[in-house]
Amino acid sequence: MSLRRVWILVLRYVFIYRRSWVRMLEILFWPTMELLVWGYVTRFIQRAGQGELPHLITFLIGAMIFWDILYRSQQGITLSFLEDVWTRNLLNVFCGPVRLAEYIMGAFLFGLLRVSVTLVFLVILAWILYQFNLFSLGFYLVPFVANLLVLGLALGMMTTAIIIRYGQGAEALAWGVPFLVQPFAAVFYPVSVLPKPMQMIAYAIPCTHVFEGMREVIRSGVMSWSHLGWAMGLNLVYLAVAMWLLVRMFNVALDHGLIAKLGTE
Amino acid sequence: MSNDVILRVDELTKVFGDLVAVDRLSFSLSRGEVVGLLGANGAGKTTALHMILGVLRPTSGRIEIFGRDLHRHRIEVLSRMNFSSVDVNLPANLRVWQNLWIFAKLYGVPDARSRMDMLLELLEIGHLRNAITGHLSSGEQTRLNLCKALLNDPELLLLDEPTSSLDPDIADKVRKLLRRIQRERGLSILYTSHNMRDIEEVCDRILFIHRGRLIAEGPPQQVIRQFRHRNLEELFIHIARHGEVVVRGDDV
Repeated sequence: MSLRRVWILVLRYVFIYRRSWVRMLEILFWPTMELLVWGYVTRFIQRAGQGELPHLITFLIGAMIFWDILYRSQQGITLSFLEDVWTRNLLNVFCGPVRLAEYIMGAFLFGLLRVSVTLVFLVILAWILYQFNLFSLGFYLVPFVANLLVLGLALGMMTTAIIIRYGQGAEALAWGVPFLVQPFAAVFYPVSVLPKPMQMIAYAIPCTHVFEGMREVIRSGVMSWSHLGWAMGLNLVYLAVAMWLLVRMFNVALDHGLIAKLGTE
Repeated sequence: MSNDVILRVDELTKVFGDLVAVDRLSFSLSRGEVVGLLGANGAGKTTALHMILGVLRPTSGRIEIFGRDLHRHRIEVLSRMNFSSVDVNLPANLRVWQNLWIFAKLYGVPDARSRMDMLLELLEIGHLRNAITGHLSSGEQTRLNLCKALLNDPELLLLDEPTSSLDPDIADKVRKLLRRIQRERGLSILYTSHNMRDIEEVCDRILFIHRGRLIAEGPPQQVIRQFRHRNLEELFIHIARHGEVVVRGDDV
């Protein structure tokens, strides 16, 4: 893998975003809307509960910000790929000296950049509006965020693999895939409220352990290492499956001429 | 022209289900040679071109570029060649210089800025250096695509309909420019076009494909004489409509 080419691919996305206020706004607009809605819903429930739910703000705002990290990192990969499809530039890239791994790494690193901008913005806004301090999670923030980014990378690769295979008809998945995971991942509620069969699925998803772990840190101040271990282990499995799927679909695309079709249709 | 073979295609076949898109196609391209790949729509030209570009895997056969197997040495081979197609664009919301700079860097072009400026001037779009790519006319975009294709000073250039959206004046300039670069740099070009004047003017040799099979090969004038037509356009129409007749040699 050439780091020089990866860096150029990252710069390419920076150029594309810098020139488009619509794209720039999208990084900040939707997360802000979500934060406003979830924040005030939480305040309302907290008032109705008359102090019975002391950690509610922290649970829900923290979960919303964490969810956004996962969602944006998944989109970082998928939307970067779709940018090349929409601009009919895919063939220029893949007929050049660019490896699939370099392309994905470039998209992931740019996704990280996007996530960082969104995260900083949300942290400041949550502090101003709700006096919520994400850094109250302390050192534990690092492994939580890292696990969400890795899962975002895996989901992004899986989604891209499906779009490569089934073409632009499948591009709605770029926005839909994370929401297939969301009900099972216990983002805004503990796994214990789910029915038993759903709990089994929930525990097979890496980010479930991140959200459960986050709630435990907020509640007791103690890190659940077993949740962190599960999240990391499952992430490795997801990443391996995603890599396999992407390479497999890319090979199918090479056999069926789908790269050329996606790049010119 | 030397006998130094740049591109060797050997028994190249591509099958999609029941359709044989390219059928045991064999040819070679020498250093400094310009070869036109001709055929009606659906003849298999683009399929062949995509296989040579490494974005479509052949069902069987072999492609050797610069003496190396394309699929084993993909990055090395692709960094020494380039392509331009009327169906492929550069990102519309970037400035012209940004698009060229990105590809110059991806191809590892030394002194990218002066190379970009030189090519923009050569293709008479130097004044558009800071323009938004999406604001260019189709003729200007075609010339920008050619700039991108020449950025890495390629040894092999694949051109798919390079003059299709150009006015006659610019098309003529582009043909002359390609000829000049080809002579000066020893550039080898595989050229597809439906403009037979382009082909007669630019190509040293033509390959006629019909239903995936190579049915005629040689210098344009020789092929025209061989099939007893007055010009390439007449021959093209004849082969497109009665390709099988030609294959059986009835016209020869």
